[in-house]
Amino acid sequence: MDTRYHSVVLDEEKCKGCTNCIKRCPTEAIRVRGGKAFILTERCIDCGECIRICENHAKKALADEFAVLDQYEYRVALPAPSLYAQFKAVKPGSIIAALYHLGFDEVYEVAYAAELTTFAIRSYLKQYLKNNPRDKAPLISASCPAVTRLLQVRFPSLILNLIPIDPPYLTAAKCFLREKLPLLNLPREKVGIFFISPCPAKITEIKTAHEKVVDGAFSFNTIFRQLNHCLRQKLQAVNQQGSGVGIGWARAGGENLAVQVENAMAVDGIHNVVALLEEIEMGKLNEIDYVEAMACPEGCVGGALTIENPFVARVTLRKLADYYGDRELPPAVCKKGEALQKQDPHFFTHQRPLPAKPILQLDSDLSTAIKKMSQLEKILNKLPGIDCGACGSPTCRSLAEDIVQEKSQLTDCIIILREQLEELAQKLLSLAQIRPPAMGSLVEKEGKNDP
Amino acid sequence: MDRAGMSLEIPVEGNNFSAAGEAASRVKKTLLRLGIDSQLVRRVAIATYEAEMNMVIHSDGGKIILQVDEEEIKVQAVDQGRGISDLELAMKEGYSTAPDEVREMGFGAGMGLPNIKKCADRLEIKSVVNEGTTVVMGFKYQP
Repeated sequence: MDTRYHSVVLDEEKCKGCTNCIKRCPTEAIRVRGGKAFILTERCIDCGECIRICENHAKKALADEFAVLDQYEYRVALPAPSLYAQFKAVKPGSIIAALYHLGFDEVYEVAYAAELTTFAIRSYLKQYLKNNPRDKAPLISASCPAVTRLLQVRFPSLILNLIPIDPPYLTAAKCFLREKLPLLNLPREKVGIFFISPCPAKITEIKTAHEKVVDGAFSFNTIFRQLNHCLRQKLQAVNQQGSGVGIGWARAGGENLAVQVENAMAVDGIHNVVALLEEIEMGKLNEIDYVEAMACPEGCVGGALTIENPFVARVTLRKLADYYGDRELPPAVCKKGEALQKQDPHFFTHQRPLPAKPILQLDSDLSTAIKKMSQLEKILNKLPGIDCGACGSPTCRSLAEDIVQEKSQLTDCIIILREQLEELAQKLLSLAQIRPPAMGSLVEKEGKNDP
Repeated sequence: MDRAGMSLEIPVEGNNFSAAGEAASRVKKTLLRLGIDSQLVRRVAIATYEAEMNMVIHSDGGKIILQVDEEEIKVQAVDQGRGISDLELAMKEGYSTAPDEVREMGFGAGMGLPNIKKCADRLEIKSVVNEGTTVVMGFKYQP
C-alpha cells in the first residue's frame, strides 16, 4: 500500500483558493498554487483541521463507498464508540441492530475492544512504572493516529514515548479474527472487516497499514442516512457488549478515566496537542506518567467526519457512559484480557517502532542545510513578517523556506512586489522628468534652485 | 576554504514567565531544520530551556546565541544581572536561590544547572557578581 496515501483530499471545484486552511494546518502542509489549495503529502497527518475550517467544503476525506461490501461474503462492522453519540436518545443496542439490518453479518463493538485495550494499557503501565525512574518524559497514548503521525513528522524524539499498545479498533479486528473467523469456514479474503470512522486519520491508518487487518473504513457521513432510516423502523435492539468504560473512550479524558493512572493528563485539539508536546520535549512534564492526546476537540466525538456538534455529542456520550457504568472495568474483560495475553504475549502490542518522517529538515547534508538556514534567515529579514498568506505559503517563515527550497520566489510576497514596483515607479518618474536639452533641462534647473 | 556555519541570536526578557521557553523552542526548530538527530536536538532543547529559565528567574535579561558548524553545536546564554556568587554551590542538585514566589510557580527547584550539566557535552560558566553570567554549552554530533 502506498505510504503517502492520504484520506484528506481536495475537491478542486469547490476550492476558491482562500488562505483559511493553510493558516490552520498544524504541520504547514498546505500551499495555495494557481488559485487552488495543494496538500504536501509528506507533511499531512490527516488530522482533518482543514476539513473543519473550510467554508466551501473543498476538503474531504476519501472513505469507502457502501457498495464495496458486495465484494465480500461475510461482512463485519467495527463501529467507533463515537457513533453512539450521533443520535440522541437511541440505545447503542438499536444502532447495532440497525447495522445488522444494513447488511453486516457481524458487529464487533470497538467500545468493547476499548475495554480490552484499557486492560492492556493498565498492565503495560504497571510494569513500566515499576521499571523506570519517575523523572522521565511521560508515555503518550497511541490511540489517536493523527497524534502518532504528528510525532513522526514534528516530534521524532518522542516516538519512543508512544505506548506500544494497539488502538481499540485494531484490537477489535484482531479479536474478531482470532475468535470468530475460524468458526466461519471461509477464507480470510472472503471476509470484509470495516471500521466506521469518525475521522480521516483512522481511515488513512487503515489504508496504509503494513499488515492488513482491517479491510476498509466508512465515514459516519456515508452511512448516516441509511442508519437513520433503519433507526426509525424501531428494530428490536440487540444486547451490546461494551460498558460505559469503553463507550467513554470517545470523549476527551475518557481513556484516562478508564485506565485510571494517577499522574495522567488529557489534551484535545491538535494545536493544544502541539503546544503540550513542545513542553514534554523540553523536559517540562516529567512528573506526568501518561498523556492522552486527541487531535480533535472534545476527542473522537469531535472527529472531522462526525455529524453531531461535538459538544452536544459529548453530553450524549457522557450520559450513555454513565448509564452503562463507567466506574469499573468489568471483571469479565480483565479475565479475557489475561487469557489473550497468555495465548499471545504480544496480542495487544505492536513491535515495530514507528519511523521518523522529519519534514523540517532543509537538507540531508549538514553543511548544505547550514547554508540554506543562513539564507533562510536573511530572506526572513527582508519579508514583512505579517504572515498574510497571500503568497500561498502559511507564514513568512514558510515562504522563506519555500524560497530556499526553490519552490517559491521573493516576488511571490505581495509586499515585496509592491516595494519593487514602487522602486520601479520612482525610476520611471525620474526618467520621465528628464527633458531633452531642446526643451530645457528641467531637472538640472530644479537642482540649481536647491539651496 | 570557509566552513559552513551559522549563528542565531534570540533575546530573552528577564522576569517574563509567559514568554519563557520561546528561545529554546526556536533553537529546537532551527536544529530540526538542519536535520540534526532528534535525540541530540532534544538534549540541546532541554539544556537551552533550563538556561533560558535561569535568565528569566535570576537576571535582567540577555540573549541566547546558537552557533552551529560541522564540528559542534554551541549554545551561549549571556545575561546581565546579579551573577552567581558561589558557582560550586549553584551546581549542586536542589540548591536554589530563587525567591519563594518563583518557587511557588513551580520553577527554581535547583535542578537547572545540574540538568544542563547532564545534557551538555561541554559546559563553561563565567560569572561576575552584579554584572552577569555567561553559560556556554557545547554539544558533539554522535559518531
